[in-house]
Amino acid sequence: MPSQANTTGRQATAAPFAIELKGISKAFGPVQANKDISIAVPRGTIHGIIGENGAGKSTLMSILYGFYRADSGQILINGTPTAIPDSQSAIRAGIGMVFQHFKLVQNFTVLENVVLGAEEGALLAGSLSKARRVLADLSREYELDVDPDALIEDLSVGHQQRVEILKALYRQADILILDEPTGVLTPAEADHLFRILSGLRDQGKTVILITHKLREIMEATDHVSVMRRGTMVGTVKTSETSPEELAELMVGRKVLLEVDKGAANPGKTVLSVQDLRVRDEHGVERLKGVSFDIRAGEILGIAGVAGNGQSELLEALGGIATATGRVAMNGSDLPLSGPAANGQTRREAGIAHVPEDRQHLGLIMDFEAWENVAFGYHNAPEYQKNALLMDNDALRADTAAKMERFDVRPPIPTLAAKSFSGGNQQKIVVAREIERNPDLLLIGQPTRGVDIGAIEFIHKQIVALRDAGKAILLVSVELDEIMSLSDRIAVMFDGKIMGFRDPETTNERELGLLMAGVSEGAA
Amino acid sequence: MDRLPKWADVVLVPLVSLILAAAISAIVIKAIGQSPSEALKVMVEGSLMSAYGWGYTLYYTTSFIFTGLAVTIAFHAGMFNIGGEGQAQIGGLGVALACLFIPWPHWSIALLAASLAAAAFGAVWAAVPAYLAAKRGSHIVITTIMFNYIAAALIVYLLVDVLRPAGQMDPATANFPAATDLPTLNQIPILNLFFEKKVPANITLFIALAAAWAVWLILWRTRLGYQLRAFGKSEAAARYAGINPTKMIMVSMILSGALAGLMSVNNVMGEAGRLLQNSSEGAGFIGIAVALMGRNHPVGVVLAAILFGFLYQGGAELGLWTSIPIELRIVVQGLVILFTGALDIMVRMMLVRIFALFHKAQVA
Amino acid sequence: MDYATLLQILDSTLRLGTPLLFACLAGLFSERAGIFDIGLEGKMLMAAMCSGAVAFLTGSVWLGLLAGIAGSMVFAALHGVASITFRGNQLISGVALNFLASGVTVLVAQRLFGQGGRTPPLAGDARFNEITLPLTEALRPVPILGPLYADVISGHALLVYVAILCVPLTWWVLYRTRFGLRLRAVGENPAAVDTAGVSVKGLRFAAVAITGLLCGLAGAYMATALQAGFGREMTAGRGYIALAALIFAKWRPWQALGACMLFGFFQALALRPDVVTAVVQVKIPVPFLDALPYILTVLVLAGFVGKAIPPRAGGEPYVKER
Repeated sequence: MPSQANTTGRQATAAPFAIELKGISKAFGPVQANKDISIAVPRGTIHGIIGENGAGKSTLMSILYGFYRADSGQILINGTPTAIPDSQSAIRAGIGMVFQHFKLVQNFTVLENVVLGAEEGALLAGSLSKARRVLADLSREYELDVDPDALIEDLSVGHQQRVEILKALYRQADILILDEPTGVLTPAEADHLFRILSGLRDQGKTVILITHKLREIMEATDHVSVMRRGTMVGTVKTSETSPEELAELMVGRKVLLEVDKGAANPGKTVLSVQDLRVRDEHGVERLKGVSFDIRAGEILGIAGVAGNGQSELLEALGGIATATGRVAMNGSDLPLSGPAANGQTRREAGIAHVPEDRQHLGLIMDFEAWENVAFGYHNAPEYQKNALLMDNDALRADTAAKMERFDVRPPIPTLAAKSFSGGNQQKIVVAREIERNPDLLLIGQPTRGVDIGAIEFIHKQIVALRDAGKAILLVSVELDEIMSLSDRIAVMFDGKIMGFRDPETTNERELGLLMAGVSEGAA
Repeated sequence: MDRLPKWADVVLVPLVSLILAAAISAIVIKAIGQSPSEALKVMVEGSLMSAYGWGYTLYYTTSFIFTGLAVTIAFHAGMFNIGGEGQAQIGGLGVALACLFIPWPHWSIALLAASLAAAAFGAVWAAVPAYLAAKRGSHIVITTIMFNYIAAALIVYLLVDVLRPAGQMDPATANFPAATDLPTLNQIPILNLFFEKKVPANITLFIALAAAWAVWLILWRTRLGYQLRAFGKSEAAARYAGINPTKMIMVSMILSGALAGLMSVNNVMGEAGRLLQNSSEGAGFIGIAVALMGRNHPVGVVLAAILFGFLYQGGAELGLWTSIPIELRIVVQGLVILFTGALDIMVRMMLVRIFALFHKAQVA
Repeated sequence: MDYATLLQILDSTLRLGTPLLFACLAGLFSERAGIFDIGLEGKMLMAAMCSGAVAFLTGSVWLGLLAGIAGSMVFAALHGVASITFRGNQLISGVALNFLASGVTVLVAQRLFGQGGRTPPLAGDARFNEITLPLTEALRPVPILGPLYADVISGHALLVYVAILCVPLTWWVLYRTRFGLRLRAVGENPAAVDTAGVSVKGLRFAAVAITGLLCGLAGAYMATALQAGFGREMTAGRGYIALAALIFAKWRPWQALGACMLFGFFQALALRPDVVTAVVQVKIPVPFLDALPYILTVLVLAGFVGKAIPPRAGGEPYVKER
């Protein structure tokens, strides 16, 4: 452990709660992100905070870490009212935070990242050698093995996360906040993380785990607080609750976890993929020879932890990334590299694409809704007035019609895309792609950051398209979504397909093993 | 940050920026021991109070419309073309070659040919940096700056060693044949009722206005403009939509270079009648200020170009009648770029505060 | 080309490379912290005018130097406010400040001296005079190395040696100090610095201030050492060449030294077209030699001479995000 004297006296206080929040409110313009939130976290426990995307969990934790200032309310650390105007104060108060998107310098070593901001003096040498010693102790104590001299960019995601935890511990954090820590981890890595967290708890640290996954709450926490639309709806002992109860608290009504869909009725093969390979800009192979078919009237779900080649698969099929191998659409080969491999020729071949990252790929956020409805289809004949000019009036009318059919709110075609909520942005993209009546729909993370009502709506649209005899390739990191929508599941790991499963006969454990790269023989 | 109403964004932000730039310029004039109000009087009288003054103001305006449009069209595609200066000079070379070596029967045909040559030469000078940006990942800003210097060196070489007539001392081409003289505004019917003396503003002004209309049409009414704007907002998204990045970079820069090149029809053919060293006299750079001031919209560009035409003619008058150096123009130009381009968030924040005050007053 | 001519050209290389080196290291601090600065040119020009004017008026080159640094720092502060405080476009801010400098320097110099925007010639203590290093005459007889020491290494203004010393100093600050670690981090991932409880704005302003200081030295050297006084537009694009050298050097100090001296060498050649013609046996037009650094820069930028990867957060204003 770091030997630095700790004079804040936080170990000395006898207050039972490591953190108490009283009446915290925070608004961003007209949006009330946190409404009068109170919560008390007993010292030496793992406390879960669960809620839908946009429920206000991350905002609350950002207030605790000094990223935002609350409009009103009070923060007590170990019984003492504490002002946290910036991250520096949070660190001084003994709070450490592991963000969903790591805050690491990619071309620095582990050691340099740990030391950054917690250096001992003006020169580096002393700080680095001290950090090396402390790191060795910490890794022994908490199963946090990382090579201190490795560059971050060479580490796996799981190891990068350990560096983030080490950073917090090196700063002598007593309270560790983890924001959606498992989104990027395999089930096995997640289990390892939970072991580390319980080790920390046993040493007297307090852990706050923010997640939207019920399974993790049930597995790893002592208490759980549920947030819904900016309010705290309740705190319960984990041992005294059930996933069903939590789910109901989260959404405020019984959730329909099952999607209402009949049996698939697959027809002829629409898409045939053979030995598809993609290299990234550094020449590293990200997609390592993938083969599969999708038939008309079938949803093929691709399960896997983020970053195992799913994005590259979508990009290669969507004409964004260049690839090698063979892809046949309705029997004719698609170009995979060169100028002919682009989004336009794909659309002409009957492929529509709802990209994973709608804000960076699927929409131009500064464009108005009607301009976004033309996006990718700007060459469509019905949007042209003559050989030279586009027919903007027709486009606006078409947008209004699409907005009505897909219940986009507010239904104003001249509103900029950035002014819509995440769910409504996604509806615009889905409307644009599905209404083209494509033979094949590529759809990535269809419900990421989308509210529950829109999720149901989008799921129904996907199923309806399948029932209309179209082929669908669904990529999602949400296993529930894959299980409930797919007619067939392929699991990807490290750029390869580990195997195909029938959603009726498989289970989360089996898929989890495949997602971790454990092959069929071993499973 | 709260939003401003659209009209405030379009009208107030450039207006407040302009007032700030003018205020600081006044301080500068004061600091060098001159009278700002006297300076403004000289500028207004020399550029706006007589037909003759307008003849010069509109001459500068014509050049600035072209260079402002050049920056604008590139800007919409996410390209910062700072090479308008070099493209204009190379465009001037095109004009000179077209005018010197082909015996044109009439100015109108010469104008057409010289315009095509100017646009083509300017386009080529922009296409090289564009190609390097698209294919080799060069930074367009630095490359176009370098091409300004290379253009200047090339023109010096050609004027000194190649195009200079034997026996002539100054580095310039021979005078163009009389058949290539463009009608100035005082030679155009109806307009000659207003412009009685010979003025440098010439028929190119109308080409500039037509170019502004064409740029508007391209950007907001055609598929090409749609793709350019989409690409300018997000290259990744454009790739998703099947918009070819190389094509967008090339097309936007070629159009931009062509517009910058066209400027030289105004000064080289319309005014000087021969190609001189540094023919564009900084107009390529002023295009940046004009585009920013005009909010990258052709209508705004035309208005801003008139403003800068006034500034340039007025600044020249200052150099003639007062002891304020003509370089004051560059100071104002720098300030306008600073406020409209780099400090626009500051200006906006100021306005948001002011609006909030009004709002409170209304509620109370 | 004989040895004496070569030594002459190398001597000019060092003279001409010095302002490039100061400006290049200036840009290095700024860009390593994630702030693009194409306003090196304007800061140099401002410093040249301020130092030339004050050195003439006071007769002290040291006061001139201080004034030059102050003038450059004012422009650096403006760039900082625009690009850090108000998250403005860093390229546009640089362009604006270059124009501002170009106009203001002439206005002020004209007001002060009325000589068409230049300062009167500097002489004596108003200039940095040449320093003869110890043992120059004693070592001169040594073949090859003696003349090299006497004619190339010795006999420069103090600032030339300061510039060379700035290279190891920059290296040491960047890689061996806490400030350097944080500076490099803020140019790569400001969020990492912010969440570690260190002020992103503070670091970036510090970097921009160092840029101002070094550009001040560059400009002061131009007006009080390389030449005897300020003349309008006297920096003549050196700020941009320094920027190119920085990219060529891939934002590293020792490589910056090499790049600046290479570009200085080209500038030295442009002063001796006779030598170039004698060596290549073809008459090379002077404008071509003038354009050579710019052409080379284009080739460097196009990656024909190695690929340059800038600091990852370069040019992007930092906005807090979860």
